[in-house]
Amino acid sequence: MADLKRYDNRLGIWGWLGGGRWGIDRYAYALHRLTGLGILAYFLMHIVVTTFRAKGIYLWDKHQILDQPIFRIGELLVFLAFAFHALNGLRLVLVEFGFAVGRPIEPIYPYKTSLNVQRPLFVVVMIVAAVLVCGGGWEFLGLSH
Amino acid sequence: MGETKLWTWHLIAGVVILVLLGLHMLTMHIGELTGLFVANRAVAPTAPINSMARDSQIGFSIGYVFLLGVALYHGLYGLRNILLELTLPEAAEKVLTALLVVIGLGLFSLGTWAAIASHAVALTTGRG
Repeated sequence: MADLKRYDNRLGIWGWLGGGRWGIDRYAYALHRLTGLGILAYFLMHIVVTTFRAKGIYLWDKHQILDQPIFRIGELLVFLAFAFHALNGLRLVLVEFGFAVGRPIEPIYPYKTSLNVQRPLFVVVMIVAAVLVCGGGWEFLGLSH
Repeated sequence: MGETKLWTWHLIAGVVILVLLGLHMLTMHIGELTGLFVANRAVAPTAPINSMARDSQIGFSIGYVFLLGVALYHGLYGLRNILLELTLPEAAEKVLTALLVVIGLGLFSLGTWAAIASHAVALTTGRG
């Protein structure tokens, strides 16, 4: 494994959350991490819960331990987190591979950053995420039944 | 494996999860509407009868195990990346990595066993 250059973590945990001068993209980054951690926490519990079905125990079925409003709300939150994390993650993958950030240009004042070039992509994926969020909320409120 | 390769696999895993978990969400959350992989639409997509119908298909069992492995890698590698930003001592980073690998392998084993056992139970119940 290649040695990584180490820097002092001056901001500590607050460095994870602060947007600083980077604005909306940095907050999307922080939210991406928060939703990722939330989904991971749910996923680890989901593995254990769904394991019980091998013994014929369906903990999420009617009148079982997970058939309670608090868990339904938790499921909705996971769906909302998934909608954001998935769509924003797709944007990050595209940007990582050089899509939607424009061609390299001479750094001539006033500088144009790739952040501004990829902004339309950001807006589009957030609109799609919002549509999914509405769909999840619609289902949660029982309107799909 | 170098960090660049691990990171690239993390991205690839993310795209795979986007597709498979997207299908999972379409089935579990709005399966009443889509009818996707829902054997009995008179009850919820998550009802035991529908769950068992999916478990009885070998393709689903394999898909569950594949998604389990990919999602565990993506999630635990992501968690490791976040924690390593705290600039921990190198020894602590190694312990953390080893711990996450053990947790990942443990949960993968548990989930794989559950998928195989559930498949067997679903087949037995279906025949019975």
